[in-house]
Amino acid sequence: MEGSSKVIHAIYTDDDVLMAAVKKVRAERYHIEEIYTPFPVHGLDKVMGLAPTRLAITSFLYGLVGLVVSIVMINYMMIEDWPQNIGGKPSFSYLENMPAFVPIMFELTVFFAAHLMVITFYLRSRLWPFKEAENPDIRTTDDHFLIEISAGTNVDEQFDILRNTGAVEVTLIDKAH
Amino acid sequence: MYTISNRLKTFSIILIVLGVLGVAYGFMTSQKSLEEVKTMLVEEHAHTEDTEISVAEHAESAAPTGTEHADVSHDDEHAAHVQEQLAKRPWSALYVSALFFMTIALGVLAFYAIQVASQAGWSPVLFRVMEAISAYLLPGAIIVILLAVGSHFIGHHNEIFIWMNPEVVADDKLIQNKSGYLNITAFLIRAIIFIAGWSLYQYFARKFSIAQDNAEPGDKRNFKKSFRIAAGFLVFFIYTESIMSWDWIMSVDPHWFSTLFGWYVFSGMIVAGVTVIAMLTIYLKGKGLLPLVNDSHIHDLAKYMFGFSIFWAYLWFSQFMLIWYANIPEEVVYFAARIEHYKLPFFGMLVLNFVFPFLVLMHSDYKRVPWFVMMGGVIILVGHYVDLFVMIMPATVVDRWYIGIPEIGSILLLGGLFMLVVFTSLSKAPLTPKGNPFIKESENFHY
Repeated sequence: MEGSSKVIHAIYTDDDVLMAAVKKVRAERYHIEEIYTPFPVHGLDKVMGLAPTRLAITSFLYGLVGLVVSIVMINYMMIEDWPQNIGGKPSFSYLENMPAFVPIMFELTVFFAAHLMVITFYLRSRLWPFKEAENPDIRTTDDHFLIEISAGTNVDEQFDILRNTGAVEVTLIDKAH
Repeated sequence: MYTISNRLKTFSIILIVLGVLGVAYGFMTSQKSLEEVKTMLVEEHAHTEDTEISVAEHAESAAPTGTEHADVSHDDEHAAHVQEQLAKRPWSALYVSALFFMTIALGVLAFYAIQVASQAGWSPVLFRVMEAISAYLLPGAIIVILLAVGSHFIGHHNEIFIWMNPEVVADDKLIQNKSGYLNITAFLIRAIIFIAGWSLYQYFARKFSIAQDNAEPGDKRNFKKSFRIAAGFLVFFIYTESIMSWDWIMSVDPHWFSTLFGWYVFSGMIVAGVTVIAMLTIYLKGKGLLPLVNDSHIHDLAKYMFGFSIFWAYLWFSQFMLIWYANIPEEVVYFAARIEHYKLPFFGMLVLNFVFPFLVLMHSDYKRVPWFVMMGGVIILVGHYVDLFVMIMPATVVDRWYIGIPEIGSILLLGGLFMLVVFTSLSKAPLTPKGNPFIKESENFHY
């Protein structure tokens, strides 16, 4: 499997050209390994055919966890463990004193939903401090767009197609080295 | 151009006729003589005597009265009280419904002004729908005022606002101190200012909007004019809406006051207003009359319904929790009375206005499904009605409440009128504004 480690990098300088190129490349049934852009290109994920994110669903579930944590915690501390009379607030049951607990329930729900979702995002997108940057070309963080497709058996034909889509640079890269 | 279908017209007229019958029935059965009320109370008492609790309560309350004579006069007083509450029921039922539809129109007008003033790019294709709904504002607000004042001048001791009753005020130091503000003349003057201001804006906004349709291409004068008056109206609105909520709603309990009440009422009216916009839009789109509206517009409206429902819940809770927490007797009576006699509607509306919309409208995909938004809308509207019901009824009929013929009749009567006014107004102008500079953006709006 000599060819499998080889990829082709096509560089573009305009996001509209990039979008058209992605459509073309997908129509030619070449597999897009990755696209590097300096900023979010609206609609790129749809054109690439990426599956929608499930991050919002995880966030909802984390929020539920936070809500349960807050309820269990407050119920244990304020009602079961040491039900004191604090300023005449009824501590006989959770429901009776519920309004006083709502601010904490709300905040913990938001806290869990937000933080755990962010951590999930970091884990899933493999982001952490001291992580080695992965961009193949430093210009993709500034003003260039890069499509990476795996090189097939007929590299010349792939080069032609990519050049025709408006790529300013097309290079063959051997990832093995 | 929309033409009101005959079926719709007949339907709303049927609603009005049924409503009139229901309301008439309510008024006929509400007038009871003192003797009738007394026998009714005795019967009720005999009915509840079986349970142990009521016996115990009876023994407790009977003990301090002492002599036979005191007992009789106490009974008389109580019966007179109940008689008044019964007489107030059809008035209050009508008043709650009148407020319900008036606040929808006012909420829509405020939302419309916000859209114009913020130069929103997504909403211009919905402007005619909003303009049509806010056309109900003038008749709706006049009906509210006629009921408020009419309940004082028509009939005996059945006013919705007890501060209008001179006999009550004579014995009440607290209301006397407020009589500089709470008197019928001042109430009417303020009402006239509010209604005039709102209707003037409604009239001119509509006029400039239609004038912009017929303007030469490139002529944006009417658009600029509607922008300016929208900004001015929003300033006027936020003052008058606040004062309106004290006058028309909070003063049913003249002993009670709350500072965020105006906001609370506003949050209820804007969520109901956006809901009605969404429902009417879906209806018209279903008929193929709004070809430019796509599911992103529905999505945006549903997001507003979702957001404003939470805003409503936030204000409801802020008001409730602050008063519950501090538990100052003069403030807490408001909620004590509601929790004692209106437990189900009081907490039920929290489910209707917050929990259901929160869960139903949270998922992004569901906000694009018309029948889903319709379902959420029905829940929100029922919740908004119950919200107003719990604001007004505990002050007028106290524990003599029921959602029966007078209440449903009132909803049908004013609902029919609302439909008639809104659809008639809808048929008076093309459903898509042509000359709005943002119409192209709105057509292509995609979320």
